[in-house]
Amino acid sequence: MTLLSVDGLGIDFGGLTAVNDVGFSVSPGEIVSVIGPNGAGKTTLFNMISGVYQPQRGKVILDGADVTGLAPNRLAERGLSRTFQNLQIFQRMSVLENAMTGCHLRERGPVLSDLLSLPSSRRRSAVTRARATELLERVGLARASEREASSLSYGALKRLEIARALALEPRILLLDEPAAGCNAVETEEIDHLIAEVAKSGVAILLVEHDMKMVMRISRHIVVLDRGEKIAEGAPAAVSRDPKVIEAYLGTQSVEAGDAVG
Amino acid sequence: MPELLQYLLSGVTVGAVYALVALGFTLIYNASDVVNFAQGEFVMLGGMITFFAWQAGIPLPLAALLAILAAATIGVLLNKLAIEPARGAPVASLIIITIGASIFLRGSAQLVFDKQLHRFPSFSGDDPLRVFGATMLPQGLWVIAGAVAVFLVLWLFFARTLTGKAVLATANNRIAASLVGINPNHMMTLSFAVSAAIGALAGVLVTPITLTSYDLGVAMALKGFAAAMLGGMGVPAGALVGGLLLGLIEALTAGYVSSVYKDAVAFILILVILFARPQGLFGRKAMDRV
Repeated sequence: MTLLSVDGLGIDFGGLTAVNDVGFSVSPGEIVSVIGPNGAGKTTLFNMISGVYQPQRGKVILDGADVTGLAPNRLAERGLSRTFQNLQIFQRMSVLENAMTGCHLRERGPVLSDLLSLPSSRRRSAVTRARATELLERVGLARASEREASSLSYGALKRLEIARALALEPRILLLDEPAAGCNAVETEEIDHLIAEVAKSGVAILLVEHDMKMVMRISRHIVVLDRGEKIAEGAPAAVSRDPKVIEAYLGTQSVEAGDAVG
Repeated sequence: MPELLQYLLSGVTVGAVYALVALGFTLIYNASDVVNFAQGEFVMLGGMITFFAWQAGIPLPLAALLAILAAATIGVLLNKLAIEPARGAPVASLIIITIGASIFLRGSAQLVFDKQLHRFPSFSGDDPLRVFGATMLPQGLWVIAGAVAVFLVLWLFFARTLTGKAVLATANNRIAASLVGINPNHMMTLSFAVSAAIGALAGVLVTPITLTSYDLGVAMALKGFAAAMLGGMGVPAGALVGGLLLGLIEALTAGYVSSVYKDAVAFILILVILFARPQGLFGRKAMDRV
């Protein structure tokens, strides 16, 4: 049973092919990782799937419907949410408010009722607040809930973004380097969180540089190099694939080679 | 004493008009960080369209409603045709576009209507009300009531409704807003429509007192902008207080010094206040993480 499938996806930036003919699929509850050297096109791929970029070639199918190039807000309504490598946070809002923005997609009432602060609106608002607080607890940010988002560290903001994405109650969650900027303990917490979310039936598509994490939690790995898919399969098979080893060691620094091992 | 009271009353009346213009600035600024310099033209359109519709035989309340709806439509068109195509451009470019739009609207009004001054009757007659020896036009009460009502609705809108918060979220981070299911284009369209309607309402209310003509917008936009800056850009309470304060300073200067200096004194006082509080009286201090 496939929830999200990507087929022949591609985009060029002024003559440079950033991503070409990439295809794979993700099922509910499955964790699929996209790996590859820096500049391989991982984030570009995410941007096309989530509607931030319009793909020039190929299709994105979500739950049987063609959603290619739909705006991010439409995709959010259809159950696709994501986080960003370099964060998209409401800096001028509190941590709690950031999480609450995600809840509102499913908890909306009539404007007039909110304007007059009718009991139904107050009840709805209390529910939203409770749910947002619960999500902040899950990512370990409950104690920071009243702080302004801009005062948080990078690692904490990454977790806040995950909380907000979860608040949308997605069916598929795209995580772009969720563990970047986190220490070992935080990375492990995020690791557990992702596994837990997947267990609840949410499909997860992950871009991550921490190879230990990728190998540990992924069921399926897609390897990109220079915009093309060069391999895919189970973690053990992918890490032994000569093409993958060449992509990392042949063209990239020792640091990336370390990561594969 | 009656003198002072007289100045205060006329200051509050004029200030309420400035407050209405400033409130119009607030909404678009909150949705996009853009200061819409065409805001004054909506005030002009409110007065002019009402006048010409009324002259064509449409009853005054209906003509006013028509003018407000027409201005809202023009506001939406301004966003769709001029602002939205430039999406992604720096805020400064968008502000320049609104200046261009303001010149265009003024020119069009001169062609479509005329260059004369116009007035339509006050809503509740022209017999001055006597208040402790000072006088006030009943229309002044309409203007003040309009400003207070618009302030209350806007304040509640931003403080309580999800749509209001969605507007704020869009200004804060457009991409993040779309990620959580907000359509940023809808928020912009909404804020231009409502801002234009507020501007037009100001024009409808004030025309019986100050008259209207095609070139009224520039002065209105400048005063409204000054009031919004004084109170703190983007804060409805700031717009209301800033507008009233500006009106009072002007009226008191005109009364006790000379009406020649009323604009100069007002602007010098604004400068002094902004030196001490650059974020305005009600604005929140912006702190960037470095």
